Amino acid sequence: MQNLARGWLTILFLISGLFSGALSAQAPEAVPGDQDWPVKVSRLATDLASSDTTTRLGAIEALGLSREVRALEVLQALAQSTLYVSASGDMVIETEPDQFLDVTTGQPVTSTSAPGSELRKVRMNNRLRSAVQSALASSELLGGSAARRLAAALGLQGEADPARLPILQQALESETRAEIRDAIEIAIASASLRSDDLATRLMAIEKLGESGSGQFISVLTDLLASDAQGNPVESVEVREAAQDALDRIRSWQQLQSWVGNLFYGVSLGSVLLLAALGLAITFGLMGVINMAHGELLMIGAYSTYLVQSVFKLWFPQAMDWYVLAALPVAFVIAGSVGMVLERTVIRWLYGRPLETLLATWGVSLILMQGVRTLFGAQNVEVSNPSWMSGGVQVMGSLVLSYNRIAIVVFAFLVVMLVWVILQHTRLGLFVRAITQNRTMAGCVGVPTGRIDMLAFGLGSGIAGLAGVALSQLGNVGPDLGRAYIVDSFMVVVLGGVGQLAGTVVAAIGLGTLNKFIEPFTGAVIAKIAILMFIILFVQKRPQGLFAPKGRSA
Amino acid sequence: MRTDLPVETGEYALGSGDTPGYGRMAPAEVDLSHGVILYLEDVTVEFDGFRALNRLSLDIGVGELRCIIGPNGAGKTTMMDVITGKTRPGAGRVYFGQNYDLTGMSEASIAHAGIGRKFQRPTVFEHHTVFENLELALKTDKSVWPTLFARLTGSERERIEKTVELLRLQPQMHQLAGLLSHGQKQWLEIGMLLMQEPRLLLLDEPVAGMTDAETERTAELFLALKGQHSLMVVEHDMDFVGAIAGDGKVTVLCEGSVLAEGSMQAVQNDPKVIEVYLGR
Amino acid sequence: MTKSISISTGSDPGQSARVRTEFPSVSGSFSGARTGLFSARAYGAILTVAAVLALLPALNLILPEAHALYVPDYTVSLLGKFLCFALAALALDLVWGYAGILSLGHGLFFALGGYAHGMYLMRASTPTPQALPEFMVFLSWKEIPWFWSFTEYAPYAWLLALVAPGLLAFVFGYFAFRSRITGVYFSIITQALTFAAMLLFFRNETGFGGNNGFTGFKTILGFDITSAQTRAGLYWVSLMALLGCLLLARAITQSKLGRVLTAIRDAESRMRFLGYEPLGFKLFVWTVSAMMCGLAGALYVTQVGIINPSEMSPENSIEMVVWVATGGRGTLVGPIIGAGTVNALKTWFTSAFPEYWLYALGLLFVLVTVLLPQGIVGLARKLLQRKQERLA
Repeated sequence: MQNLARGWLTILFLISGLFSGALSAQAPEAVPGDQDWPVKVSRLATDLASSDTTTRLGAIEALGLSREVRALEVLQALAQSTLYVSASGDMVIETEPDQFLDVTTGQPVTSTSAPGSELRKVRMNNRLRSAVQSALASSELLGGSAARRLAAALGLQGEADPARLPILQQALESETRAEIRDAIEIAIASASLRSDDLATRLMAIEKLGESGSGQFISVLTDLLASDAQGNPVESVEVREAAQDALDRIRSWQQLQSWVGNLFYGVSLGSVLLLAALGLAITFGLMGVINMAHGELLMIGAYSTYLVQSVFKLWFPQAMDWYVLAALPVAFVIAGSVGMVLERTVIRWLYGRPLETLLATWGVSLILMQGVRTLFGAQNVEVSNPSWMSGGVQVMGSLVLSYNRIAIVVFAFLVVMLVWVILQHTRLGLFVRAITQNRTMAGCVGVPTGRIDMLAFGLGSGIAGLAGVALSQLGNVGPDLGRAYIVDSFMVVVLGGVGQLAGTVVAAIGLGTLNKFIEPFTGAVIAKIAILMFIILFVQKRPQGLFAPKGRSA
Repeated sequence: MRTDLPVETGEYALGSGDTPGYGRMAPAEVDLSHGVILYLEDVTVEFDGFRALNRLSLDIGVGELRCIIGPNGAGKTTMMDVITGKTRPGAGRVYFGQNYDLTGMSEASIAHAGIGRKFQRPTVFEHHTVFENLELALKTDKSVWPTLFARLTGSERERIEKTVELLRLQPQMHQLAGLLSHGQKQWLEIGMLLMQEPRLLLLDEPVAGMTDAETERTAELFLALKGQHSLMVVEHDMDFVGAIAGDGKVTVLCEGSVLAEGSMQAVQNDPKVIEVYLGR
Repeated sequence: MTKSISISTGSDPGQSARVRTEFPSVSGSFSGARTGLFSARAYGAILTVAAVLALLPALNLILPEAHALYVPDYTVSLLGKFLCFALAALALDLVWGYAGILSLGHGLFFALGGYAHGMYLMRASTPTPQALPEFMVFLSWKEIPWFWSFTEYAPYAWLLALVAPGLLAFVFGYFAFRSRITGVYFSIITQALTFAAMLLFFRNETGFGGNNGFTGFKTILGFDITSAQTRAGLYWVSLMALLGCLLLARAITQSKLGRVLTAIRDAESRMRFLGYEPLGFKLFVWTVSAMMCGLAGALYVTQVGIINPSEMSPENSIEMVVWVATGGRGTLVGPIIGAGTVNALKTWFTSAFPEYWLYALGLLFVLVTVLLPQGIVGLARKLLQRKQERLA
């Protein structure tokens, strides 16, 4: 019997052990509170009520080192100036106007439990304020949520205060998350930079170099400094280590900036590609110069705005998806406008590209003014849906925004769509036939008039899709089209007339080139340089990057 | 896309010796001492994998009237393009006389040097009158400044008017060339060719679309020019070729190279030529 | 590839010599008989119009305000502006109507002329010739930049107003025509050029007043620029310039060079085979046109009192094209009429129905190109012809 009992007890014990172990593992946020919190509060209140700054400072620092969750609340109240203390040890926080929370008990203050002596706001000055901030940081480091702890660790990295070392060590011991551990280690390194032990210093410097963070550049450069006589201040080992660390950081920064430029270049390129793709079809395949192309982009953007407004009115719960609904709407609207344009104006001007240019310019003026009349001359508000807001952090300080990523993917999809249409559908076959020999195509029964209209509609529809993308990136106003028309033409001219591959390469190439030049010259000169480059390139090679081959070019 | 070579070889002297030169520039005269005015050797032209001319070699003597025949796609027009500088050969040599390497010259300088071409389709200037068309073709200094201050001299005017007579276009002399009939346009173009006073005339299907009477007159004209000028005539009209070839050589092109060459009779009886082109 | 784009890559020259219905015939350019530039009737008409135009500032100066025939100040400066536009349109017609080169960036040459003269005017409006213009003081610049040297002398500025656009046109044209860029490609490139220049001039660092440009002129050659007499004088100078350039343009187009140009326009590669190298001819007329446009801009800036980078906008240049198209390209007189008409229309619209001006302008573009390719002059000619046929 005793053995059985012992057995059961053991099993119970094990199970409870496992259970509590599981529980404690599941709740890593559980921080042991201070047992003698009320006593502490009383002392802290008295200290905070004192007129001596140093005493108040001490109280604040003690709050920072406390593991009690409510210490965090107190510090926050201090930061927001909602903390009241009395000399006799009472401490309350004003949660709402005229509503107070007793810190000791954690209960709201009622008229019956009103404290005795007078409550006053804690007197603050700048020194105390910054002390509150760092106390908040260290408090969060120990007792906050994961996100808070990380933020606290990152904040402490910049401080390089050796006094922080104890709390940092303490946090490191209890911290389980790798990301935060790393951040704490860097903070420790930052704080240990001036320690007496050489080995510690060297390890600290190395750690800072590994971090790759630009914030340490100045402090590492200081280590290389010389005094007034020109003699270096630090020893050789320290200087070597510092130089290594600096080089590491610099190359990391360079890589980041390179990748960043590449990404932004591809992003800009994808925007250019979308804008120019419709033009590549109408200009490249059909020989029609459509100066109203920019306005078709604008119409696409305004269609998006309309869809957004409709969703706001009638489907507010589906707001996040209005962009997807806007795609077909913009395609249809812009495509229709394009087809009307083709039937009314352009069909009379086939074979006369200069005249088409002028007539479509006139149409663009009319369209712009029309939009101004309908929607006003100001920009209209088109917002990103939530899944397109924000970004993903890739390397250190490099954040790639979601809306740009989405647009790159979108551009790729649209190009694929166009390629499929041109190569694998009858419409595409007819368009290609008309492009190569209009008369002959007519003779074999291709309905040239209708195909012209449809092809133009396709190009315009794609411009509409591009407009949707543009609405997510920047401002939407009547002159949206003007901003892109010159660039679109440049892409088509550079890429080679009638070549889809050329348009893609030219667009991405120009976007990337622009972004790589920008850091050196600024945006305006970069744009001018690109224009000059294209002008010169076209003179050397007028048929563009991908020239149509053969005799009958 | 060819790069343009701005080279004008040497100094430019006008006329065939009887009129004094205009302007400051004067090109070197064609060296015809060896009796050959045009010389093609191993000329090859490829368009994206397709060989339009395949190691073509031929030469034309001074004062000769050479007829070129052959099926479509044989490379006749491409050959003319190469000679006049419109297309650059991938390989081979093209010489005008002994001293002009045509592969390195621009179209305008080749025309200046003394090669005139008549195209398959009439390419007169439709918005200019017959008179103006001929005036434009007139052999003179064709650079910018002299053209700006050019005034038609009496002798030049006479020459133009004589040519108009020859072309039997007097009633249309001051009419727009665009209003002429197809045959008349062909003749105007021949007239323009004559005004250029070329040493070598390249004629690409000159009687296409002409009436029988016009064709006959054209044959007369060419025969009259032969000797003083050298001519290369590309044609499909076998009667016309027979009329002008006489005892002269006929070259048959096929698939970018010379298939047969010889007198009209020899060529007509050549079994290869019969199979490929003339038919039985 | 459609054959409507005229890059000369191996296309049969026969194809490019289709009858181009959009250009008027130049028959009679050489009729042999006439030795003068214009017929007697044409001279008469031109001189009459010129006389009437010249009278207007006189009426403004001499007559009192209450008089029935008094011409207000506003009208004089407005018409003076129109004269400059007419000159610019004339310049554009030279290259477009006769050489077939559609430039969508002629506004750049116009603006450069304006800026060049404006540099002198800015220097003239400072208390001493060596003092810095206000905008430079504003930017805390210490001294005059090197490219502003000598601009305190009016003749130098005038020379610059001709040479700067001319030189730019020459260099740009040389490279463009040499690589045989024609047709729409060339037009798009000119648009890019003027756009790039506009961006450049918008920057303060470029040294031309940034987006404010030049303004606040006080004197010209010692005369008060805002006085009625100066205004009249500038008007007459503009009128003389227009007439002079009209005669010059007529001389060019009537000469053999003019015929060569139109032939190049109609069938460029054919001309090569005749022995003409198009590069020189195109470059010549392109440069002359740019210089004429620069002259127009230089006169313009004095009468309008301001020049800024928006003069270089592609929109401005394209508007110039509609002046020429409306009047009738290839006629020299047509663009002058067109410039006057369209700008008069614009002035009326922007004061009466400002929101509708852009509709009207857009509609004008479309209607003129689709329905009236020969412009007003072409229409007039057709009507005259019909009348003659009916009478005959």
